[in-house]
Amino acid sequence: MTVPRGYGALMIGLVALVLVLMAVSLVVGPATITPLEALRALFHDDGAATLVMREIRLPRTLLAAMIGGTLGICGAALQSFLRNPLADSGVLGIGATAALGAVVAIYTGLAAAFPLALPLFALVGAVLSVLVVLALGGSAGTTTLILAGIAVSSLAAALTSLALNLSPSPYAALEIVFWLLGSLSDRSMLHVQLAAPFMIVGWVLIAGLGRPLDALTLGHDTAASLGFRMSRVSLLLVLGTASCVGAATAVAGSISFVGLVVPHMLRPLVGGKASRLLPASWLGGASLLLAADLTARLVSPAKDLKLGVVTALVGAPFFLALVLKSRGRLA
Amino acid sequence: MRAADALIAVMLLIVGFGSAAADEAPRRVVSMNLCTDQLALYLAAPGQLVSVSYLSHDEKASVMAADARRLPVNHGLAEEVFLLNPDLVLAGTFTSRASIEMLVRLGFRVERFEPESSLDDIRANILRMGRLLGREAEARRLAASFDAEISSLRQDRGSRAPLGAAYYANGLTSGTGTLVNEIITTAGWRNLAAELGIEGMGLLPLELIVMNHPDALIGNNQKEEEPSLAFQNYSHPALIAAIRSGTGVTPLPERYTVCGTPATAQVIRQLVDRRRRMTKSAGGKS
Repeated sequence: MTVPRGYGALMIGLVALVLVLMAVSLVVGPATITPLEALRALFHDDGAATLVMREIRLPRTLLAAMIGGTLGICGAALQSFLRNPLADSGVLGIGATAALGAVVAIYTGLAAAFPLALPLFALVGAVLSVLVVLALGGSAGTTTLILAGIAVSSLAAALTSLALNLSPSPYAALEIVFWLLGSLSDRSMLHVQLAAPFMIVGWVLIAGLGRPLDALTLGHDTAASLGFRMSRVSLLLVLGTASCVGAATAVAGSISFVGLVVPHMLRPLVGGKASRLLPASWLGGASLLLAADLTARLVSPAKDLKLGVVTALVGAPFFLALVLKSRGRLA
Repeated sequence: MRAADALIAVMLLIVGFGSAAADEAPRRVVSMNLCTDQLALYLAAPGQLVSVSYLSHDEKASVMAADARRLPVNHGLAEEVFLLNPDLVLAGTFTSRASIEMLVRLGFRVERFEPESSLDDIRANILRMGRLLGREAEARRLAASFDAEISSLRQDRGSRAPLGAAYYANGLTSGTGTLVNEIITTAGWRNLAAELGIEGMGLLPLELIVMNHPDALIGNNQKEEEPSLAFQNYSHPALIAAIRSGTGVTPLPERYTVCGTPATAQVIRQLVDRRRRMTKSAGGKS
């Protein structure tokens, strides 16, 4: 057991970072409320300022943390389980199929009549893509898996665009951007209530996989000989990932690269153990998405810059570097 | 190249037979733009207008949808318009550039209209449409009754101007220099977007609506819309809590705001009535 001495310190640092970013996120906005007033209005009823804080800024901040955490923990779990550095819910197409499910629920009018249909449809979409990707490329090498993910992802994105183009609403076609790039603007507590239960279930399922994932770093056979049933681990991972990524996508569109980048940055700091990487990646993902959302709001407050644009600007060069590094190993 | 030239020459020849002398009233008018469609439908003599754009059949976008349905539609494509053999083509300044340029090259008479962004623009476009169609007397009558209606609406100033927040799909609003701003202010309201210094169309952040407590939101009738995310803010809890009158969205249907027409006076009247009812109920309470 090599316990890196800094692990405790790292976790405390990450928690502090998340809290600081949440506080900053709560005091930034178009309404002219001073930071002190803002934080006071959050706790004491102060008319309009309280409304802005509790119903507009708080849900946005909570969702940024929850969705970032979701993407971080799922990325870490998928990378550990598949032993593949390129795995993440975006690369494997889980976000894209969840978005497709959400689009079907919203634009048929189903979600308006029955709000739970939104996260449920997104969840179904996410489950389907995880199953397809695992069936196509689960046991094969890195490249096959990524190819399967890209195929599923492109198909789902195309079907999403098709569904929105065929939708009778004249606004639907413009909303392709939201579903493919994601945004947190003007989310409400209703969205938090809708998504939170599914996300929490997902986090709990995935967090419970720490030990089997640790064992898996020694190889499938060793893990099996240690008493972990891989079929069960796989099932829990599928359900956990689908549940939280599905809910995240249903309320904020698909946001790429967070799940890919965060585990890579944190892996050296936690000593490469999956059971430690999972909680650290939750916190890291939450920080990254909070920072990305703040950037989007500060850079162009009047333009509603989409979140996926910011995360892709950070993530895509990182992804490229990763591909370059792994090219040597694959060749 | 030579084949194309020959083709254009043949086309010009065909067109030449169809076109009337310029000073006569045109006999085959084709409109390619929703706004010119509606003005032409108000003013054209029977049979003078031979085709309107497909958008004008849509009741949500056009106040003249019922009249427009009697005419065949075009989709703003040069080929369609060419085959209709018009002697006057009406278009908007934003109508597909490529189609318009081709029609001009083929020798058609194309008249372009700026979109109306004020009540003065509406009057000017009515009079210009009358001149182009040879229906000047009708146009002057229409403009005069429009003016009379507007000035009678302007008389009706309440003691207090309520604050309205124009709020459309995807959080867009209309600030200074827009037709919607004129509609709102002429009806005796204050326009929040204009007071916040927004020029033209712009985003109105939810936070600013909540902080400014408008008396009403002015926007689309959500019940008429197909499901999409564009109107989800109408049911945002913060917004519902912030509108003091608590009566939801005061509809300002698109068919009155996309294009300025004589019917714009009707929607101003609706807003005047709404304001009267609001001040009356507020007065009753106190």
